[in-house]
Amino acid sequence: MASEAPQPPGNLLSAGISVPSGRRRPGAGEPSHPDAGDTGGRDPSAAARPSGVNPRRRRSGRGAARTIAGAWPYLLVLPTVVGTAYLLFYPLLRSVVISFQHFRTGELIRGGAAFVGLENYQDVLGSAEFWTVVRRTLVWTAVNVVLIMVISTLTALMIARLGRRMRLAVMSGLVLTWATPVLAATTVFQWLFQSRLGVVNWALVSLGFDSFDGFSWFANGQATFAIMVLLIVWQSVPFAALTLYAGLTTIPAELYESARIDGAGAWQIFRGVTFPMLRPLFGLITSLEVIWVFKCFAQIWAITRGGPDDATTTLPVYAFQVAQSLHKYDLGSAISTLTVLILLVVLVAHLRRMYKHEGEGL
Amino acid sequence: MKLRRLPLNVAALGVLVVSVFPVYWMVVTAFKPTRDIQADTPQFLPLHPTLDHFRTAVGADGFALFWRNSLLVSATAVVLALAVALLAAFAVARMRWRGRKAFILMVFVAQMAPWEALLIPMFIIARDTGMLDKLSMLTLIYFIVTLPFTIVTLRGFLAAIPPELEEAAQMDGAGRAVAFRRVVLPLLAPGLMSTSLFGFIIAWNEFAFANALIIKNQDDRTLPVWLSSFSNVFGTDWGATMAAASLFMVPVLLVFLVLQRRVTTGFIAGAVKG
Repeated sequence: MASEAPQPPGNLLSAGISVPSGRRRPGAGEPSHPDAGDTGGRDPSAAARPSGVNPRRRRSGRGAARTIAGAWPYLLVLPTVVGTAYLLFYPLLRSVVISFQHFRTGELIRGGAAFVGLENYQDVLGSAEFWTVVRRTLVWTAVNVVLIMVISTLTALMIARLGRRMRLAVMSGLVLTWATPVLAATTVFQWLFQSRLGVVNWALVSLGFDSFDGFSWFANGQATFAIMVLLIVWQSVPFAALTLYAGLTTIPAELYESARIDGAGAWQIFRGVTFPMLRPLFGLITSLEVIWVFKCFAQIWAITRGGPDDATTTLPVYAFQVAQSLHKYDLGSAISTLTVLILLVVLVAHLRRMYKHEGEGL
Repeated sequence: MKLRRLPLNVAALGVLVVSVFPVYWMVVTAFKPTRDIQADTPQFLPLHPTLDHFRTAVGADGFALFWRNSLLVSATAVVLALAVALLAAFAVARMRWRGRKAFILMVFVAQMAPWEALLIPMFIIARDTGMLDKLSMLTLIYFIVTLPFTIVTLRGFLAAIPPELEEAAQMDGAGRAVAFRRVVLPLLAPGLMSTSLFGFIIAWNEFAFANALIIKNQDDRTLPVWLSSFSNVFGTDWGATMAAASLFMVPVLLVFLVLQRRVTTGFIAGAVKG
């Protein structure tokens, strides 16, 4: 962020220096700094560019000098803009359009989908099933994020107090978990909780919970939901804990010392010093975890496809089921749109803060 | 002093075991003979290590093909994203132009795009354009998924390199492109490397699109999708399944080993900054 601060004087400096470098051939396929390309008037089309391309250069008053150079940044970002437009914004738009159409298998094959206004949304919002899924998704998100944040905070605080060797071991372990690919993790968890040979059932029976002998976790809705939560928390804690720990190391030790001298206990120190200092980081990580958990799809689909008895059907899974299995692409798109809207409502505060902070810094 | 730290170390050990055990169990199972895997009492050490399950996994129908597919798609997407992102990052980090803020905002929006919500339209667009069941469609999607993160990270690395270095080279008569190639690119190399490796991991692990867009042409599947249907492939052969999962994890682990210290900073730059 701060790296941009010295830019203005630097640019003025370079504007002065770059005049001699203008003898360089223009348009030789090199990315050109607007201040460096002193190629004035050689390209007639350049004159057509809006004169406000670079306010700072306008002040330098070199007229047409800036014009061809002014096109460079636009050429450089062109591939990104085109790619994002076609592969992100067009599909997004298409999804919204489909949600207002009648779009089933017939329209998929023949084309020519008719607009039906808000019919799909009425269908979706009017079904009890949808609201059950919304409620489940909110519970799913809340349970996961709370567990992730509490466990991560405790883990980060713990790491900060460990000796050097133990700290290295724990952090390496967390990085290993972090590195585990989602699909490897889903496979392993299915093996851990396998009914007959799974090590979890063996451990539970050994501890005296005989009812877990041959217990089929994935046949029971609540048990499956619990396993999915466990999997998500297991996968998410490393990022949150390591990031929080990195934040902890930036808090000056004097703050803790003075708090301790004032006789504060561990909890008071956390509430009075640690948490206020790390509040932005907490906010950021919580928002990120909300996003990740809310729109989590791969883990659920790979293990349960939303089952058993829809116990793990969250909104993204539901949208995919409706579209792909029932071929109701219109309803699926409507559900997707609503999913994004719900997530946006949840995160609006975070988005605003982020643009304020990051947008200025860049 | 030592005694006071005991509960702390016990807790640390607990965290360590919980985080490492699933991965350990995957690898140990992969190395155990089937007889030991099916023993009534689990064996926590591979007392009779064998490579049989790895042979079964590698010899399974299509494994080599899917490995190649995954590698091809991920590598191509990353190279593409890197090339496009480098141009954009340069424009953002080194140039002042009208629309710059709007562009940055667009990148942020793209970075937080609800990709999962695009499964349906991507399926329909792919179908309309004859791209369904094609690896090239997956490549394009992985390109666009990794692009915003690549731009943001590269822009960060670029901003850390003082522009004065290039200006000095330019003063010595080098063109801007030459100055960039000779001065900035070598300094940027570690950044390029770590960024591309993170992009590679994202593409390598991607499941949702690969699952939704490769339907009929099974030869174009990628490893994650293949792995998700392990019960069709290996039945109840958990040894082979764990061997396949281990092999799937190897490239990712290698990347993490290569990056080591950059892991945290890289992920934070990539994930937290947008």
